[in-house]
Amino acid sequence: MKYIDEFRDGDLARGLANAIADAADPARGYRLMEFCGGHTHAISRYGLQDLLPANVRMIHGPGCPVCVLPIGRIDSAIALATEHDVILCTYADTLRVPASGGLSLLKAKAQGADIRMVYSCADALRIAQDNPQREVVFFAIGFETTTPPTAAILLQAAQLGLGNFSVLCNHVLTPAAMVHIMESERDPAAVAIDGFVGPAHVSTVIGSAPYEAFVARYRRPVVIAGFEPLDVMQSILMLVRQVNEGRAQVENEFTRAVTREGNRKAQAMCEQVFTLRDSFDWRGLGEVPHSALQIRPEFAQFDAELRYGVGYRQVPDHKACECAAILRGHKQPADCKVFGTVCTPDHPIGACMVSSEGACAAHYTYGRFRLQPE
Amino acid sequence: MTSYIRPLDFRNGRVDLSHGSGGRAMAQLIDELFARHFANEILAEQADGACFALPAGAGRMVMATDSHVVSPLFFPGGDIGALSVHGTINDVAMMGARPLYLSASFILEEGFPLAELLRIVKSMAQAAREAGVAIVTGDTKVVEAGKGDGVFITTTGIGVMPEGVTLGAGRIAVGDRILVSGMLGDHGVAIMSHRENLTFETTIQSDTAALHGLVATMLAAAPELHALRDPTRGGLATVLNEFAKASGHGMLIHEKAIPVRSEVAAACELLGLDPLYVANEGKLVAFCAAPDADALLAAMRAHPLGRDAAIVGEVIADPHAFVQMQTAFGGRRMVDWLTGEQLPRIC
Repeated sequence: MKYIDEFRDGDLARGLANAIADAADPARGYRLMEFCGGHTHAISRYGLQDLLPANVRMIHGPGCPVCVLPIGRIDSAIALATEHDVILCTYADTLRVPASGGLSLLKAKAQGADIRMVYSCADALRIAQDNPQREVVFFAIGFETTTPPTAAILLQAAQLGLGNFSVLCNHVLTPAAMVHIMESERDPAAVAIDGFVGPAHVSTVIGSAPYEAFVARYRRPVVIAGFEPLDVMQSILMLVRQVNEGRAQVENEFTRAVTREGNRKAQAMCEQVFTLRDSFDWRGLGEVPHSALQIRPEFAQFDAELRYGVGYRQVPDHKACECAAILRGHKQPADCKVFGTVCTPDHPIGACMVSSEGACAAHYTYGRFRLQPE
Repeated sequence: MTSYIRPLDFRNGRVDLSHGSGGRAMAQLIDELFARHFANEILAEQADGACFALPAGAGRMVMATDSHVVSPLFFPGGDIGALSVHGTINDVAMMGARPLYLSASFILEEGFPLAELLRIVKSMAQAAREAGVAIVTGDTKVVEAGKGDGVFITTTGIGVMPEGVTLGAGRIAVGDRILVSGMLGDHGVAIMSHRENLTFETTIQSDTAALHGLVATMLAAAPELHALRDPTRGGLATVLNEFAKASGHGMLIHEKAIPVRSEVAAACELLGLDPLYVANEGKLVAFCAAPDADALLAAMRAHPLGRDAAIVGEVIADPHAFVQMQTAFGGRRMVDWLTGEQLPRIC
């Protein structure tokens, strides 16, 4: 595959691995958080940890939109489909996420709820047009990457005057979550992370500028990287060098797609349709201020929360679940008592096990052989 | 003798409930469609079952069954008819047996066009003829509109085991080589390219094929062939995990050695799927002792259905019986059981 294989070249990977090994100071450790699930997936799928020296450790961050979606939000979506009899359109990722009462969207569908998997939110709009006698709700989730498409269909729905379409908005924001991780310690200097591999697709939309205030305030380098394994290796080398030199800057490895300003048109559309929520409950992280979007009052008729009076009820995480500590880099998946026993990808208990991009699921699916005694 | 029955309208007619009622309409459907196209001596007896003698010297028999519910019914490179013949023949063949006879059971949905049913039956007849296997008994039921998905077909196959052949997970030993018979993922991607709301243009065709000829060649070439399985649903990864669990050994495969068409790799990339988990309908996975591996590979490559065969890995000692992969990138990772159904990811 052209333009893909070039970024998965094993020979180049070995060269970069040697460069990282040369650059890494054996006298110290490097704790690097890849924020995005896409990076977690690449690291696990290509066995990237094997190419890194022992003192460079990757910490899997909370950037998997499915993982951080709280149970209460899934409950709301299920309620829309079962109690309000709407056609609920959703991306496939959310189908298996466990909700309250042993339910999931997939199980609710099996019980007769009209829940449809879509590949694009535009499909949800089309379903609304094709079924004028039914109410159709799009279950919108994701970081800044999936937000502009949702904005686009809201604008389109308004233009078409579609009376039977609305959106259950759960879009969340990356920089707010990064700040939250740093603020989780009384003294941010004590946070056990030396640098961040910055988001790829999110940054194509928001640009690299939003991370500038972050590095200035928290003195941690951020290197924006693409989702291919060579991108991740290159960004790790750049982070190791910054740490060695005591620098904390925003650097952009993903120059083929990310600019400082980002996608202005997408930003303008989001600005037109969405506004900041005061606070949003993240699975694993808890309440994070100013970390999510809601639909502006001008578009209230398309806001499923208002239209159906959907309330949000917080559902606490399992007591033994260590997701909160894992997402902050304090613990590793294997440190959790329920990892691989009670909590598995087939029966996820915590946020990190829910989607294949979650830290625990990736570790379970791709890396569990490393945990076993020989 | 004149029948005084108006022939079935295979151009515009549709299946109705009377075709499954046991009356004249059902008899007519059997005569004009199934008996006519599957034609063979045993079926011509018009009995409730099939009565046949075993080939001289036949010892052990193999029996396998498979239900087919594929959607869409017609896809690039095949249809549910050919698939239902190949699928069961392959299940018999993977035991090492030579398939002889098939049964075919149809569940039809009221309103299903007879023209499509004819196309499916002709395709089954052709697949069976090409495979040298006779469809000798069957059944037809009709369900009300909305209670089926056009047509479901269950086939059962019977075959004879050659003298001295025993295949199975129990024979897999540490050091065995793992071979695949060709390009992986073609069937799954061909099907997905025609799913509703996901149409994308591709030249990929389903690989549906009967593999017993290839298996016979392999048995002749490699006495130390230990196990065979066709990687259908769940793909290569699932077969390896099944054998790892059943044999108690680990497996190590090498990503660079695994044959995948670039079109399939690209489609999987686009859909967020992993070709290791995508279905095949005309491929097999083989385990054989290391000294026999090269001869086996050569024999497979000399067969039209094994041209792209490759040695993809080996059986290793591992008390946890994990399946691992050396990635083309240089690292190592697990190839685990599939969780739920393989669903595309959004980011």
